[in-house]
Amino acid sequence: MELLVASAIGVLTAGGIYLTLRLRTFPVILGISLLTYAVNVFLFTSGRLTVGAAPILQDGIDAYADPLPQALVLTAIVISFGMTAVVVMIGLGAFLGSDDDHVDDLPGEQSQTDESASEGTS
Amino acid sequence: MTHWIVAPIILPALVAPFIVLAARYHIGIQRVLSVAGVVALIAVAASLAWQAADGKTTLYQMGDWAAPFGIVLVADRLSTMMVLLTSVLALFVLLYAIGSGWDDRGRHFHALFQFQLMGIMGAFLTGDLFNLFVFFEVLLIASYGLMIHAGGNARLKAGVQYVLFNLIGSTLFLFALGSLYAETGTLNMADLAQRVALIGPEETVGIRVAAVLLLLVFAIKAALVPLHFWLPSSYSEAPAPVAALFAIMTKVGAYAIIRVYTMVFPPELESTAGLFDVWLLPAALVSLALGIMGVLAVKKLDRLVAFSVIGSMGMVMISISLFTPEGIAAALYYIVHSTLAGATLFLISDLVRTGRANLDLTPQPVIAGNALTAGLYFAAAIAMAGLPPFSGFLGKLLVLDAAYDSALMIWIWAIVLSSGLISIFGFARAGSILFWKAHSVETDEDRGLGVRPAALSYVAVGGLITLLAAHTIFAGQVHGYTTKMAAQLFSPEPYISQVLETPGKLSKPKEGDH
Amino acid sequence: MSLFFIVALPFFGALLPGLMNSAGRAATAGVTFTVTLAAFVGLLTNLPSVIAGEVVMARVDWMPLLGLNFTLMLDALGFFFALLILGIGLLIIAYARHYLSRDDNMGQFFTYLLLFQGAMVGIVLSDNILLLLVFWELTSLSSFLLIGYWKHLPEGRQGARMALTVTGMGGLAMIGGMLMLGQVVGSYDLSVILQNRDPIQADPLYVPALILILLGCFTKSAQFPFHFWLPHAMAAPTPVSAYLHSATMVKAGIFLMARMWPVLSGTPEWFMIVTTAGLVTMVLGAVIALFKHDLKALLAFSTVSHLGLITMLLGTGTAFGAMAAMFHILNHATFKAALFMSAGIIDHEAHTRDIRLLGGLRKLMPVTFVIATLAALSMAGIPLLNGFLSKEMMLEEANHTVLFNTPWLVPVLATVGSLFSAAYCFRLIGHVFLGPVRDDYPAKPHDPNAGLWLPPAILVVLVVVIGIAPFIAEPFVKMVITSVLGDTASLPKAHFKIWHGLVPALFMSIAAVVGGLLMLSIFKPSLRLWDAAPRPEAKPIFEAIVESAASLARAVILPLHNGAFSRYAAIGSITIVAAGYHAWSTGAISAPTYEMQPAGIVSFAGWLMLVAATLGMVIMHRNRLLSLILIGIVGLMVSIGFVYFSAPDLAMTQFTVEVVTIILLLLALNFLPNKTPIESSVLRRVRDTGVAIIGGIAAFGLSYHYMLRDAVSAPISEFHLANSYKGGGGTNVVNVILVDFRGFDTYGEIIVLSIAALLIFALTETLLGGPVRARLVNRKPDQLRAGNTHPMMMVVLTRGIMPVVLMVGFYIFLRGHNEPGGGFIAGLIVSIAVVMQYMASGFGWASARLRYPYHGVIGAGVLIAGLIGIGSWFVGKPFLTSDFTYVRIPPFEKFELATAALFDLGVFLAVVGAVMLSLESISRIARQAGPDNSEHAMDIDPSRDDPARALDASAKEAV
Repeated sequence: MELLVASAIGVLTAGGIYLTLRLRTFPVILGISLLTYAVNVFLFTSGRLTVGAAPILQDGIDAYADPLPQALVLTAIVISFGMTAVVVMIGLGAFLGSDDDHVDDLPGEQSQTDESASEGTS
Repeated sequence: MTHWIVAPIILPALVAPFIVLAARYHIGIQRVLSVAGVVALIAVAASLAWQAADGKTTLYQMGDWAAPFGIVLVADRLSTMMVLLTSVLALFVLLYAIGSGWDDRGRHFHALFQFQLMGIMGAFLTGDLFNLFVFFEVLLIASYGLMIHAGGNARLKAGVQYVLFNLIGSTLFLFALGSLYAETGTLNMADLAQRVALIGPEETVGIRVAAVLLLLVFAIKAALVPLHFWLPSSYSEAPAPVAALFAIMTKVGAYAIIRVYTMVFPPELESTAGLFDVWLLPAALVSLALGIMGVLAVKKLDRLVAFSVIGSMGMVMISISLFTPEGIAAALYYIVHSTLAGATLFLISDLVRTGRANLDLTPQPVIAGNALTAGLYFAAAIAMAGLPPFSGFLGKLLVLDAAYDSALMIWIWAIVLSSGLISIFGFARAGSILFWKAHSVETDEDRGLGVRPAALSYVAVGGLITLLAAHTIFAGQVHGYTTKMAAQLFSPEPYISQVLETPGKLSKPKEGDH
Repeated sequence: MSLFFIVALPFFGALLPGLMNSAGRAATAGVTFTVTLAAFVGLLTNLPSVIAGEVVMARVDWMPLLGLNFTLMLDALGFFFALLILGIGLLIIAYARHYLSRDDNMGQFFTYLLLFQGAMVGIVLSDNILLLLVFWELTSLSSFLLIGYWKHLPEGRQGARMALTVTGMGGLAMIGGMLMLGQVVGSYDLSVILQNRDPIQADPLYVPALILILLGCFTKSAQFPFHFWLPHAMAAPTPVSAYLHSATMVKAGIFLMARMWPVLSGTPEWFMIVTTAGLVTMVLGAVIALFKHDLKALLAFSTVSHLGLITMLLGTGTAFGAMAAMFHILNHATFKAALFMSAGIIDHEAHTRDIRLLGGLRKLMPVTFVIATLAALSMAGIPLLNGFLSKEMMLEEANHTVLFNTPWLVPVLATVGSLFSAAYCFRLIGHVFLGPVRDDYPAKPHDPNAGLWLPPAILVVLVVVIGIAPFIAEPFVKMVITSVLGDTASLPKAHFKIWHGLVPALFMSIAAVVGGLLMLSIFKPSLRLWDAAPRPEAKPIFEAIVESAASLARAVILPLHNGAFSRYAAIGSITIVAAGYHAWSTGAISAPTYEMQPAGIVSFAGWLMLVAATLGMVIMHRNRLLSLILIGIVGLMVSIGFVYFSAPDLAMTQFTVEVVTIILLLLALNFLPNKTPIESSVLRRVRDTGVAIIGGIAAFGLSYHYMLRDAVSAPISEFHLANSYKGGGGTNVVNVILVDFRGFDTYGEIIVLSIAALLIFALTETLLGGPVRARLVNRKPDQLRAGNTHPMMMVVLTRGIMPVVLMVGFYIFLRGHNEPGGGFIAGLIVSIAVVMQYMASGFGWASARLRYPYHGVIGAGVLIAGLIGIGSWFVGKPFLTSDFTYVRIPPFEKFELATAALFDLGVFLAVVGAVMLSLESISRIARQAGPDNSEHAMDIDPSRDDPARALDASAKEAV
């Protein structure tokens, strides 16, 4: 079981990284989301795996899934939701402004004039 | 039971929603509320710093739950100093934003600004790692909002990269936290310190990886090469006041490293021995060198400043990665300096922008208020380049002095000193193009001298420079204080015992050892 | 007067001229003069104690822990230099007032001048070498301002930058040297260091420290090979040159060598380095000077040469040499300042400094002629002028100096140096003043007003007086030399006399003078020879170095930071994995403490789906809609996994968040292109695949490692399980943790959400306020629109569901504390319900029927959460302390009231507000894209009798 979960985390991470390295905003965002899944599961497993335990306190039962990682993951999920929404919007704004959804921001420095060098020599 | 400690977090967290709720259509009211909030913040921060000055650490148990089960805030010398620094910086940045009218070029500037402050304050005060993560996210998402404030294609494009890179950082942070919890079963820093010490030499893999991942998270925040790529374009594209406020954000990373790696993973800890010292100091040296090269290479003023920020963070990290009391003391002195200097330079570059078509380092007609702006630039550049009379020089002396016993002493001295020279040259060249060569360029009649910046803007910049001067004049006192601070950091036992042995709801005092 | 005042006066005084600029030139100059005079007088008040041989000290702690203190010390040496700086400063100020033209900003000039003056005084009075460094760098900075004073001249700007760079470099090197010295001695106070000659010279750090410190001195004092910046600094206004390059700045290096003389000198290293550098500089400077046509350039190189002479004397390390050096410093200051000022006068009157355009000025400017000639002859070493005396002593010393075991080397070179020096002096006199009066001067020269010629005249008087009656200067110089030598050597016996008898030195100087005259007589051919001879020009070399450094920096920085995010991310991932691997490989792995749990076929199937969906995404990510569906599946599998591992809260949250996220992405995709073109090369994709796989393996290994091992001690969550009901009043531990144990996290979390919403709103506003709006309005949808945007079935369904869903939300919210659920999930569920309305009937219709502004909802939510937290203050408890009680209102069952529940309400509101505000913002963008005129809930509405209109209306519609 642990093997399955761990490998799932691995696969999600790999997929996430690959998509994060793409050139357009949309796949990159999806990649980040995959990474988020991966890390959420990872964080969840930091409480180890418990199958079929009672989720709610009941008398006479003392085998529960570690609740703390669950709470942490819950927080993480929500935060990453907010982040995703934001990056989607900013990406959308950038696209609408320039009709270009490349995540790379080349020309960069090259476009700048070279005159300042002349101050050194002239 | 004093509630002052939580005030720096709660105050902005109440001002912001109130602005959203009540004043979202009235920039005037927003400004009043925002400034009032920050002023109050300074008062609170000052009193906190005063309380902590005698070495007393104050504990605040959220929800009355004792650490490590609940979240605690801890105010000691270090955290209160950072809080004070942030609030003071915030005031001048805010004044500039108002004076220059930046805050009115988009919606919700002041709400976001307050939330940003809340995030930073929380990051400095919390004693719980996951809570630190939450506050990182708060300050990050607020910074996204501030960074793309007023829009514009270039800014949005830079914004996308900034957000994405930090999302990777946040993901890494969660990986690190998961590893830590899996390894130790706790999240509270003090408790971590105790449990990490229990890990035996035969099972160090887990904790080593966790420690490194966490360090990398903070290194991203601190823009340590090669994790610095998010910084140049985001800082140079961000609105000037925002960039100036960001000057403290890199320091959050530095703070976190100082806090965690003196208490939880102290240098003498066996299980994480031979881990950071291998690459942290070299990376810091590369950061300094690379930042300074950037100062020489780039051809826009705002990017030049951005790279100089990377350089000065390299300086801070060099001093930190010595992991000696002297090193930390020097780093803390330098952190204050580089925060103020960086912020000042970003604001000044905006002063230049108001009179100029762009910030390209090309001869263009003389701008309005050339002499005054030039003077301010000269002062700030001297400070950043680490020349006398400003604190940069003293900080540099402190770092060199602290590095004297390091194994890499030769490298540190060589790179620190030569980088000083290069940045002097870079700043001098930029300044002489911007302010001197302008005199040999014809002013075109239709543009005239361009807009003259508002008086309030000059007040803000002047205020920051005054702070720099004070940081220089009272260098002895400040350095003496940071030295005490470092001493406190390197003997964390009182901190730990106070955090862990103070009883809370339903929990008796926990005996120190597990 | 206290030393502090003497140092501080110029600095504080520097404010005045700038402020008084409007008060007129005379006033500005006047105030500057007064300030300097005050400092000068203050210095003189200390003369008695200096004569008495005591050392005046003043001390204020600055950074005691570092050893950098504001410690000042005045002994004869310091007094001597301070006297030069302030005394000549006074003359320069008077001179400059008449020299500067009306359109020069005099206030600025005098401000810079005073700053520089203060820095110089600081150097010579510092007792703490770190403090000395501070002033040292300050002179570099203020001279940068002075040299670049004429901002419109490129030579000025470049000369200033060159000076700053070279002297700055020296200064930084010196920091290193001084710190080493301090580390050796254990103190940075000169008074201590000077007592530690032997420990310092024995220390292995002596040589590096010496070299670094000498680097500082040589760059400042323009010693070979750093001499080249000085001539370019001549672009400064002449008063500046006269001040900086006769008496002050360039003497700083000499001063420091004299100051450090007791501890640094006397070793072979010192002797070799200093003497050689001095000798080479002396000869080289003299030779170049002879062939310069610009008067100031000639004087500049002659300065270089004379500084070399002094350096050489200090290098010998003998008491006599040091004395000769001190004496020559005095003499050089007098005649060189006078000469610079005369050059300025000529420039001022004849509007040129080119010797080739001058000549015959003797008759036109008699006064200037006398002044310049006397000074020049003194420099040439003609008897009865002070230059002669010190030059004799120099030659005398040279006679006893043996370098490289060749006894004749130093004397010959010294003679050659003075020969050329005599030659350029004679040339100055001959080619500028003598000869026939010309008629082609750029301007008709005549003697200036007294304001310009009086200052140099005063100096020349000194030249003559000392020259005729050296015994006047002798006690003073002896006094200085005693404080230079300290207790390392005894005062030399020799007396200052014009006639020493027929000593070799006499013949040498006669040879020099005669040779000089001969040299001048063959000047024209030798000039041709010189011009023909190839020689390296310093300026282009310097600029080549600078430019290559800059282009190297550009070559490294610009391509690296060209905005290629994908590369940034790749570098980042590789760094992280590498560092992680390093940590892993250097650690020790313990045996697992858990054994693996069996995996059923079901879970395997789930795993398979998840992996398949992920891989599918990666492979087919170019089809964006498809990849969106696939990520939906991934999310679904993850939430099912959470159910399976007994975490229902997580599952619900994951699922609801999933839904909202997908909706959001769909809305965005509505604008984005729906295909991702192939751009990256195969190689790149292979690289990325590699990085991805490595990262995946790392994550796999890490989680697998942790899952099979116990934490080092029991996790803190045991406390939560134990006390959730007792202390938190809830049986759903996860929810109790969220709203109580770690409520502060949740507080931060809802703030994150709110910020996200505000950000999205603000961004939308900005976009719609800008050019984007126009683009949107005339944007053609890239896909066919459904003819029926608001299908009747969906509308009817959503209307029916709405109240039910709201009920569910309410229920989930209430039970959250004891059953899976809570304000969070409830908030999301409710928002989904509302979103359905949007989807069903269009944004316009829905938001038209929306009563509460989402801003308000968000603000209220965050405020409530915060205020609930503060509420606990009033019962003396910390922030967010929860309390609960059970109440029983018949006929209901007894139920629980917890403050935590109120906090949860804040959460609920914030979530609803945030989600809705975000979606609404996007929808507003959508509305811009096409008129969404759905005043009707449905397009096909039986109650409306004319479906045709609705139909073509819907045909127009595009959302």
